[in-house]
Amino acid sequence: MNWNSLGQFLEMGGYGLYVWGSFGMCALVLAAECWGIAQRRKALRELPLDDLDDRNDLNERPLHEA
Amino acid sequence: MSWTRYAAPQLFYPLAGKMIPWFAALALLLTAVGLYLGLLVAPTDHQQGESYRIIFVHVPAAWMSMIIYLAMAFWAAVGLMFNTRLASMLAVALAPSGAWMTFLALWTGALWGKPTWGTWWVWDARLTSELILLFLYIGFMSLHAAIDDERRADRAAAVLALVGVVNVPIIYFSVKWWNTLHQGASVSLSKAPSMATIMLVGMLVMALAFWMYSIAVALARTRVIILEREHNTRWARQLLGTT
Repeated sequence: MNWNSLGQFLEMGGYGLYVWGSFGMCALVLAAECWGIAQRRKALRELPLDDLDDRNDLNERPLHEA
Repeated sequence: MSWTRYAAPQLFYPLAGKMIPWFAALALLLTAVGLYLGLLVAPTDHQQGESYRIIFVHVPAAWMSMIIYLAMAFWAAVGLMFNTRLASMLAVALAPSGAWMTFLALWTGALWGKPTWGTWWVWDARLTSELILLFLYIGFMSLHAAIDDERRADRAAAVLALVGVVNVPIIYFSVKWWNTLHQGASVSLSKAPSMATIMLVGMLVMALAFWMYSIAVALARTRVIILEREHNTRWARQLLGTT
């Protein structure tokens, strides 16, 4: 183990801002990406409904024609 | 019935739903191990001090930015050649993930460059070609968004993705072809890695973690895109409860 205390760990030998700025941005971006997909999923129910589209319906047509 | 039946969005949707938890679990597990190795076990670098630890996220993000582009171009090409809707949706789903990975590679690179080189940015071949990669992703997404007809948008964006593929080997070999400030590859298939084993293992575990995360997220986004495009079909209406 390289660290004797939490403070030392956070300090990263004087490079704390750079190291945690990198790891922090990664965590932020990846979390935001997951959140964005969840929001987009929620918005699906609000999509305007048109006529039923059964052109590619696997229950309507044999699969080899689908 | 063969595996190709999963090219039907209606059948791929539940299959992807079953795969996502596995990739997500692998991503979490590998991230935990990778962070433990990278932040707690790996020793201080005798030249760079602790700032080198940025490579545990920088290298995985940079690798994924290129791998995702290749995957995106591959599925775009399949969609273009075989006119398969799902392949085009996969390409469209991969683009935002690739763009974010490219951004992270540039961001973490800048934060590594400042203490190590004394500058956030330099217009050398490696950094410039990686920035072009970001513009290619943004161009792909913008072009796709600008065309109303989804299938036409798929085809136009696919052509752009395929033209842009030429940039990936340029990024990869830039440190060999030109005299760049960016260092050469520390890990390659042709020679022994020029770093301590524990650092290398930590970096590879983090790269695998990013890879598993990217697959899980791309699949989740593909599922949303399938429903967005198919929301007027019988099966999607039943699933969404909008019948």
